[in-house]
Amino acid sequence: MSITATINGRTVAAPQGSSILDACRQVGSDIPIYCYGPTITPANACRVCMVEVEGSRVLVPSCSRALEEGMVINTTTDRAEHSRKLVLELLESASELNRSDAEVDGWMSDYGADSQRFGPEAVTVSKPAKVEDDLYVRDYERCILCYKCVDACGVDHQNTFAIAVAGRGFDAHISTEFDVALPDSACVYCGNCIAVCPTGALDGKVAWDMKEAGTWDQSAQEVIQTVCSYCGVGCNLDIHTQDGNIVDVTSPMDHSVTLGNLCIKGRFGWVYVGSGSDG
Amino acid sequence: MDLRTMLDRPTEVETSAVDSVIGPPTGSNGRVAFGGHAARAQRHLLLPALHAVQDATGSVTRGALGYISDRLTVSPAEAYGVATFYALFNVDRKGGPTIHVCDDIVCTQYGANVLCSSLDSSGTEYERSPCLGQCDRAPAAMFHQPGNGYANAAPVDSDSVGRITFDELSPGLIHQDLSQLTLLRRIGVVDPSSLDSYIESGGFQTLTKAREMGAEAVIGELKASGLKGRGGAAFPIGIKWEGVRNATGDEKYVIANGDESEPGTFKDRMLMEGDPFAVVEAMVIYGYATGASQGYIYVRGEYPTAEKRLAGAIDQTKDAGLLGDFNLEVRRGAGAYICGEETALFASIEGHRGEPRQKPPFPTTHGVFGKPTGINNIETLLASLEVVANGGDAFAAIGTDQSTGPKLFCVSGAVERPGVYEVTFGATLGELLDLAGGVSDGRALGAILMGGAAGVFADDSALDVPLTFEHTRETGTTMGSGAIVFFDDQTDFGPVLSRIAQFFRDESCGQCVPCRIGTVRQQESLERLLANQTLGTVDDENQRLSDLAMVMTDASICGLGQTASSAVQSALRLGLV
Repeated sequence: MSITATINGRTVAAPQGSSILDACRQVGSDIPIYCYGPTITPANACRVCMVEVEGSRVLVPSCSRALEEGMVINTTTDRAEHSRKLVLELLESASELNRSDAEVDGWMSDYGADSQRFGPEAVTVSKPAKVEDDLYVRDYERCILCYKCVDACGVDHQNTFAIAVAGRGFDAHISTEFDVALPDSACVYCGNCIAVCPTGALDGKVAWDMKEAGTWDQSAQEVIQTVCSYCGVGCNLDIHTQDGNIVDVTSPMDHSVTLGNLCIKGRFGWVYVGSGSDG
Repeated sequence: MDLRTMLDRPTEVETSAVDSVIGPPTGSNGRVAFGGHAARAQRHLLLPALHAVQDATGSVTRGALGYISDRLTVSPAEAYGVATFYALFNVDRKGGPTIHVCDDIVCTQYGANVLCSSLDSSGTEYERSPCLGQCDRAPAAMFHQPGNGYANAAPVDSDSVGRITFDELSPGLIHQDLSQLTLLRRIGVVDPSSLDSYIESGGFQTLTKAREMGAEAVIGELKASGLKGRGGAAFPIGIKWEGVRNATGDEKYVIANGDESEPGTFKDRMLMEGDPFAVVEAMVIYGYATGASQGYIYVRGEYPTAEKRLAGAIDQTKDAGLLGDFNLEVRRGAGAYICGEETALFASIEGHRGEPRQKPPFPTTHGVFGKPTGINNIETLLASLEVVANGGDAFAAIGTDQSTGPKLFCVSGAVERPGVYEVTFGATLGELLDLAGGVSDGRALGAILMGGAAGVFADDSALDVPLTFEHTRETGTTMGSGAIVFFDDQTDFGPVLSRIAQFFRDESCGQCVPCRIGTVRQQESLERLLANQTLGTVDDENQRLSDLAMVMTDASICGLGQTASSAVQSALRLGLV
């Protein structure tokens, strides 16, 4: 059984259980998404994917609202576009987005978003990066509080619950209990939070150091796919190399075994490769 | 699931405070929580446990939080996230007595800022608080003392505000003839601590009648009555109750929303403190009519007397065998305006951060613990008692076609006799002002804030508007929570708007971007406008505010963000600043 709805004047039939976003993609309607991830339960927090649904007083988040029979959806109304533009402006006015997923720049220009309009005094979430070990960095001035890392650490994937949202309002932030350092928390260093972070707020230490030094060059990188040799699960690894050195290891989000997740060994157990014979 | 617990150990006082809520421990080696499913099913005790240690010691230490996490098998990071969400928990700070001074829009009209200055100059530590719901006797303070819990004090002066006392306040004065009133008729007449006194006044006869009528007939009367919710959303009550009754599932809940936190609102406090048995009776009927066997009364943390009276009323009612199979508990909020939003309230009861959820699905099918849930405001529940007692038609005959029954308004600010007033729907704002003795000291009216911080400013042209759902909608005003705050013509509205903008910034839960960042940008922009330091022209700044208003209204998850610009925008339209 499928659900029939109208999107921007076009009739669309989508399978039961589809979200509005799924149906919009089916007709090629390009809606920005930020807190949404294919492997994460929608947190419905960033509100950049809002669309207009006839009969609804307010706009509707396409990522987390189920498609209903007969829904009349418009993705390009002035109201929906105004909302997206403002959300993008608000986000960039508060957080450093220059290491975000590549498409963010495109949305900014598509919607004519100008985050400078809130002036030089606009408060931001700026704070020093937390560099606590050799594996990864938490650079929370880039955090947009999308909840993805919390969900990846918690019920969606890892079930470790080392981090949660603490505080309230603009002071809300991702934290361990009492902000203890990660080695003192429940963290198991799987790095699955890094895998889902859309802004570079969470990053591998090697990659973060290179980005800080300005030597990170995605265009000069190669990705080699292999299978992790540490155990028998068979996780796919994407080995990212630059100038012949490994700079990062990830796993494909669409891989049926990992869904982008790895353990500490798969994600971080490669530094010895480049450490030379004196290792 | 094996959670890593914290190494910090609790003190004996903390341990016994937590055990008093959760019960004695059944097994843990201090490193790994062993509770399993049984412990995790008790996560809803997280807030009560946090309250217990905060009450006993004045703070929530690492040792206490670690112990609570261990006992409930909640990860320490999550428990920390919950504890830091609520303003009344002193997380990882020194314990000790605390003085909370209300500096919200009504108390400042009564010198709250002067009080704060006097505390500043005497070096007394205190915290500024949003509205404490004592606007009929402003300025107000709230005290907390380890071992004694919380107490309200109002009115306070520069001498008394620094001295912690635990004198119990009356529910408040009623300035109308009680014999003419319905919802307020027992306040100050029936002893709120005595079941016998309530029964003598005719109490629990309505419950007997409801059981004789049968559940469907009760809902039929409610539908016939035209009763709409008094919490602000004006949803038809009969339809809500029927929705819960018809929802599939054996496990259902009913909730009384006593998290009254809208600045300028105090009617539910008066009802809970002055007529707690009526709240209990209404809840038993609510459970009976909908098929729910568990009920909660969620009381805002700043209302200690209401909480005590309701808990006492439940105990006495239970002991008298009047609850039947129905189980009813009081739950305390902990300083979060957002928890008055129904889905945030569910999250709070469940032991989570008070973050609202997207609707649909609606509470009637997916409420607290994901189960069908009926949730109503306290005043609505008392009105439902009248419907059952006298019949839906009799109730519908009161008021107007679309706004039926009696209605309470909280009148405060620059009036001679602030207080809760009961009128029938259709009375005008001007009549309400007359009831309250007119503007204070014979001054002229400046403006009226209708519906609290989430409401709208109106000028004297609104005085002739009948206070009904339909008339306020037509005129672009609102009744909201029933708060009506008057300001005289000497008022400088700049600081009033600043306080409102600050309120929303402080009270945003932080979940969605339009509200979390929008409320901050709104405050920054407003401050520039008020200080004549606009970015670009005044028109540019107004455009910025209007853009922010639009995105907050259109794209926020819940009513907080959707109304966070309402008062500011209406004040700008009226030219108040």
